[in-house]
This record gives sequence, structure tokens and C-alpha cells, in this order.
Amino acid sequence: MAKKRLVLTFPHKLVDQPITYHLIKDYDLMVNILRARVTPREEGRLVVELSGGKEPLDKGMNYLAELGVQIQPLAQDVQWHQERCTHCTACIPICPTQAFTLDRQEMTVSFDKDKCIACELCLPVCPYKAIEILF
Amino acid sequence: MAKTIAEINEKIKKGEAVVVTAEEIIDLVDEKGTQKAAKEVDVVTTGTFGPMCSSGAYFNIGHTRPKIKLGGGRAYLNDVPVYTGFAATDIYIGATALPDDDPRNKVFPGKFLYGGGHIIEEIVGGKDVKLRAAAYGTDCYPRKSLETWLNIKDLNEAVLFNPRNCYQNYNVAVNLSDKVIYTYMGVLQPNLGNANYCSAGQLSPLLNDPYYKIIGIGTRIFLGGGVGYVAWQGTQHNPTVNRGENGVPRGGAGTLAVMGDLKQMSPDWLVGSTFTGYGVNLTVGIGVPIPILNEEILKWTAVKDEDIYTQVVDYGQAYPSGKKESLGEVNYAQLKSGKITVQGKGVPTAGLSSYARAVKIAGLLKDWIKKGDFLLTETVQPLPSVDSGVTFKPLKERPIK
Ligand code: SF4
Ligand code: SF4
Repeated sequence: MAKKRLVLTFPHKLVDQPITYHLIKDYDLMVNILRARVTPREEGRLVVELSGGKEPLDKGMNYLAELGVQIQPLAQDVQWHQERCTHCTACIPICPTQAFTLDRQEMTVSFDKDKCIACELCLPVCPYKAIEILF
Repeated sequence: MAKTIAEINEKIKKGEAVVVTAEEIIDLVDEKGTQKAAKEVDVVTTGTFGPMCSSGAYFNIGHTRPKIKLGGGRAYLNDVPVYTGFAATDIYIGATALPDDDPRNKVFPGKFLYGGGHIIEEIVGGKDVKLRAAAYGTDCYPRKSLETWLNIKDLNEAVLFNPRNCYQNYNVAVNLSDKVIYTYMGVLQPNLGNANYCSAGQLSPLLNDPYYKIIGIGTRIFLGGGVGYVAWQGTQHNPTVNRGENGVPRGGAGTLAVMGDLKQMSPDWLVGSTFTGYGVNLTVGIGVPIPILNEEILKWTAVKDEDIYTQVVDYGQAYPSGKKESLGEVNYAQLKSGKITVQGKGVPTAGLSSYARAVKIAGLLKDWIKKGDFLLTETVQPLPSVDSGVTFKPLKERPIK
């Protein structure tokens, strides 16, 4: 089983297409929509987690690319500015995926991009604006 | 075997002083006992790095030609208003000041991305800031307006002067209500969703000197990465609170007013901070050395997180209405473990004061002293202690008819 967290950008012409339906039905993928944003006369953006067999996953991504959907790993849209982080630990209880973890011996915080689902819950919580989500 | 500060300073000058941090002293005392440790150790260094609202800095910008009197006029640094109620060219910027056009909490919760705390961080970091000022003009100071870039290196004086820092212990904030609340203690999730605390516990300066036997007016300290001094007791200094058997206050108690030359300080240890829905703040790094003059003083510095208790307070209702109600006591070992129990419920904890940075500050101060760069001071005047009768009173409102 392979898993990918992606930011999909749909050109205007694809916004009303049942693309997730095809990913599920034709490629047997699990599609977990984490966030979605569509604005009129603009593109649509979707943060999804796709999981399934390695081959169907590759094929599904090919299908998206051929349609003209831009694919980008979610981790690229998430930035932790380590030099701004003071290790205050305010973000620790709020993060639902444990993307932020705390070494309780040293009381230092670390961040694992790959676990972040860009829910933005930590943004109002961080006093030093150390996290930036570009989505 | 009692030592004097003068004797300890002699050892520091010779590079022979034994200096440990308030964290290291705990193991040392466990291993050797207080008597032996008190003989061996000369200085224990403490540290704290937390948001401190009552912080600010004053500057003398030098005279313009022709001269302008900012006193009684209006002035802004990067669009944030500064205080001009002094002489012609002295201004003071407070940590919580906001630009006039900041929407504040009109769209709730306000973002508060920029204000006094951030400007102080930028000035310390050597960035240019924009001064805009308007004055009324006098015979001796005819000029009425001024717009110019300022840089810390050109200012006559740049002094950090914080009327209240370094709280000796503080509340743990929780929220019993059913909606998210936005406070100076951070974002508090409904129905006991999280518990936020704000103290370096066993490393915190005043928790290592509970009765202010060492830390007093004139004490030389690490302040914002440079050298500073305790100028006075801080505002809201409250020595007469409940204390444990070990003398440690069981909630907010003493405070310090501190000052020092901003030109020596660094943006690593003075950082602008933002509290969503509350406002802007300045996070200040402070470290205080404690000379081990005798065994009693050493015992106090060996205080552990598990021996420091504080009160859990509901910021949904009790705190804003001014009620002194505690939901129970917890210690800092529990707070740092990640979970405490409040009203029978497990509540995850988060800090606001950075323990990791407090460790670094205590370590830096230790290095300074070991290298002979930092000598200890006798206090000029002790802070009011338990026998002073000093308390922290609420305002007695007298309606104006
Ligand atoms: S956006 Fe913040 S809270 Fe949400 S998953 Fe990422 S790190 Fe955690
Ligand atoms: S809340 Fe921000 S500054 Fe504090 S530990 Fe988390 S990322 Fe770092």
C-alpha cells in the first residue's frame, strides 16, 4: 500500500469534472480530501491523500497529469521557519497529526513535514509565526 | 564556610569560580548533599525566556536642525505610536503598541502581526526603522514635522526598560467554557482542551531565590543577550502570597523591573511575539546569577520542577471576571510531562515560556562568568519580601459624578 499527500491544482476547465470519482472507480484508490478551495473564474486547489497499490497509484497520477492537473507534494507547501521557532511548545497539543513533536528531555520541538495535513490549526497558536502554509 | 560576593568575584577574575546552572545543581546536590555542594559551587545561573507584556525601550534620537520638540507631540516608529511625553528627543516604545490602523479585534480573533515587540526586535537586529513625528513648534524648537530613517547605531541612547518581567511563578490557564478563547496565555480550546503554562520552573530566576535574599535592586543580570540590571521590584510585585514549605510561592508572586543597554543586546533574546485575539508582545531572555554564599541559598537553588506548585485557573470565566478561584494545584514536572488532570479529566499541556531557551541562557551566563567576563554585584537595596506587607491590590473604582 502506497500513500501520497498531494496538492492538486485544477485548471478552470476541469473544475466541474468528477475526477475523484474516476480515481476511486477506475484506479481503485482511496481518496481522502483534506482541504479544498475553488474560486469562480479561477483554478481549484485540493489537498488530498491518495492511497492504494503502487501501480494503481502511479497510473492514477498519470491520469491526473494527462488531464492537465498540476501535482505537487503537500510538503512543499508547508514551511517551518526553524530560526523563528523558540521551542515554546504552544503548538504541541493542537496538531492533530503529531507533525510537531516534543523531546521532553531537552524540551525541543521538531517538525515532520510529511505528517502535516495543512489543517492550519497551529497558525493562530504559534506566537512567532514560525509555520507558513502556502496552500 | 560562608563566602562573600567579593571572594567569589576574586575567583571569577582568576578563572577559578565553579559555576553550574540551576538545572545542573539539582543532580549535584542529589549526588553530594547540600553541605558539600555549597562548599564547592560558587555560582548557580538561572534563566527564563517568556513573553513579557510590560516591556519597552527608550531612545534619544539626537537633535534635528532646526530643532524639534517631540515632547507633547506625536511620533510613530514604522507606523506604531510611541510615547512622547518626555523632553524634545526622547521617545519610549512599549511592547504591546499597535499601528493606529490595525483592525485589532474588529474581525475576531485579531491577527496582531506587527507591533511594538516586533519593532524592538528589528531595532536590536540593526534594521532601519521609519520615524514620523509631528510637533506644535515653540520659539526654541520651531520645527513641526520630521520623517527620517533611524538606526540603533546612530542613536545617542537605546535602553531596554521593562517595568515588569520575570514573574516568580504563574497561573496555568484552561478554558471551562464551550467556545475557543484567545488570551495572553495563548489559544485555549473549549471544555479543558488544553492547559497553557508560562514559567521556566526550576530554572526560573525568582523561583531559585524565593525570598529575594540575593536578587535585589542593582543585581547585574543577563538581559536580552547583553548585560542589564534589576532596577526595582516589578509592578504587581506580590511577595505576601501563599508559599509551600520550601518557601516557593504557589502562584504568581514577585516580579522584577529590569533595564540595560539595548545596543549590546541581540534579536535572538528579544523576540516580537503575537497572541491571536490578544495582541503583540515581546519575549525577553533573562538570566540571573546566584552567588552561593551559604548552604541555605544553595538549597533554594536546588529546587526541582516537582517541588514547584502553581494554580490552574479558568480563563473562560473566573480570570476575566476577576475571581480568585483555583481549579487545583499542579507542579512543573506534571506540566512538562505533557498532561495534567483537571476536574478528573486528562488535559494536554503546552508552554509559552521556552524551557529550551532558558537552558541556553543559563548556559551562556555560566560561560560568561567562567571566562571572567561577568562579575557579581551586591544588591543596593533588597526587594520587598514576605515581611514587607506589600500586596497586589485590585483597583478601587470611585465613580466620577
Ligand atoms: S497545519 Fe499545523 S496543526 Fe495542522 S497538521 Fe500541519 S503542523 Fe499540524
Ligand atoms: S508554537 Fe511556534 S514557536 Fe512555539 S514551538 Fe511551535 S512552531 Fe515553535
